[in-house]
Amino acid sequence: MNSTVTTGTETSVWGGGNQPLGASYGKLMMWFFLVSDALTFSGFLAAYGFSRFKFIETWPIADEVFTHVPFFHGNYPMIYVAFMTFILIMSSVTMVLAVDAGHKMKKNAVIWYMFATVIGGIIFVGSQAWEWGTFIKGDHGALETKGGRILQFVKADTGERASLADFAASIPGERIIHERKNGLWFFQEPALTSVSLEEVVQGFKANSNILIRTELINEEGEKTVLDRKSSLAKLAEATQVVEGANLIHNEYGSRLFADFFFFITGFHGFHVFSGVVLNIVIFFNVIMGTYERRGHYEMVEKVGLYWHFVDLVWVFVFTFFYLV
Amino acid sequence: MADGHKLEIFRGLVKFKSNTQKIWGVLAFLTLITAVEVVLGIIKPVSLTDTYLLGMKLINWVFIILTLVKAYYIAWDFMHLRDERSSLRRAIVWTPVFLVIYLTIILLVEADYIYNVYKDGFVSWNF
Repeated sequence: MNSTVTTGTETSVWGGGNQPLGASYGKLMMWFFLVSDALTFSGFLAAYGFSRFKFIETWPIADEVFTHVPFFHGNYPMIYVAFMTFILIMSSVTMVLAVDAGHKMKKNAVIWYMFATVIGGIIFVGSQAWEWGTFIKGDHGALETKGGRILQFVKADTGERASLADFAASIPGERIIHERKNGLWFFQEPALTSVSLEEVVQGFKANSNILIRTELINEEGEKTVLDRKSSLAKLAEATQVVEGANLIHNEYGSRLFADFFFFITGFHGFHVFSGVVLNIVIFFNVIMGTYERRGHYEMVEKVGLYWHFVDLVWVFVFTFFYLV
Repeated sequence: MADGHKLEIFRGLVKFKSNTQKIWGVLAFLTLITAVEVVLGIIKPVSLTDTYLLGMKLINWVFIILTLVKAYYIAWDFMHLRDERSSLRRAIVWTPVFLVIYLTIILLVEADYIYNVYKDGFVSWNF
């Protein structure tokens, strides 16, 4: 911290060497970066709010989208994200303990706390990758209409979601693959969904227990379920089967939801990843005794600021993506 | 940074003996808030979901306020803004706070307007 040497008299402001904010150059620059990065994330979240308010009546309900927990079957909304949040806060705690140990020049304590922080970060990034995987793979499957609306299915007697595979008819068919010997040009073929639109439509007509659930949120805050007659009418508008989510199609509802999910959690995940890399660099520097020789552990503090910032952003992402 | 950590939270209501203790205390508090959020999110009390305040469900206001509380303690105790000079603290905090409120209000008002255009205007979207 005392890397600057005061020159001139104490009363001379112009002599340089002043620290009007009481923070070193490096720390101040880290704060500048964090403030600008905070504004970037705020821009993303505000854009998310914009799209959500624009489609407030049809926006997907997060509780119904993120319901999975690794190694467990069933419907556990929010549990896993809460766990991820806790992991990140926990690794923030070990980071702040590392900074604290650094102030007291306890090298071994800093090493162990940094190690724990890195592990926490890796668990978090892994969890996020798993969340993405689950989201991309999809859950129950849905149909998309010509206007890009999503039609999901529920069982009439229990009100539970029905997967496409639960009721789709089986219509044997053969896909003829275009081969090079049959023509000069290679035509790219889209991936087949596990059931075809025709199979879903036939299965729906044969199974009177299945109803269509639209994107529209009713006054109870739930998605509107159509009766059998309007379900059949709605079914005629379907143009394709959607399984899982990507940037263009999203079985959970509004495609913008998937776009923002990938963009915001992806950008945050990238921050966590770079935080882990920075932490590892600092971790090895601590082991090699760089900061011991330097006489202070301010680098740990600076990288710690970044790490806490990542945690801070996640607190907001958690609220606006999963809770509100 | 000087060794003098400020060891009080909740405006002096809780006082810790050492910085390490304060960190664990703040962790307990943050975990408690997260737990409250998750429980509220799972049971969704009707009294909170049916009441509206400024066009938003009361439960969402609760979530946002709890988030800001969490953000405060992360910034103040983990990023030790509490121990920094007030000039630095204000420069860091008020700049984004002002800009974010400004941006959010503009975007949300505009989004609400577009929502009404879709709803009342001659725009067909559900087909």
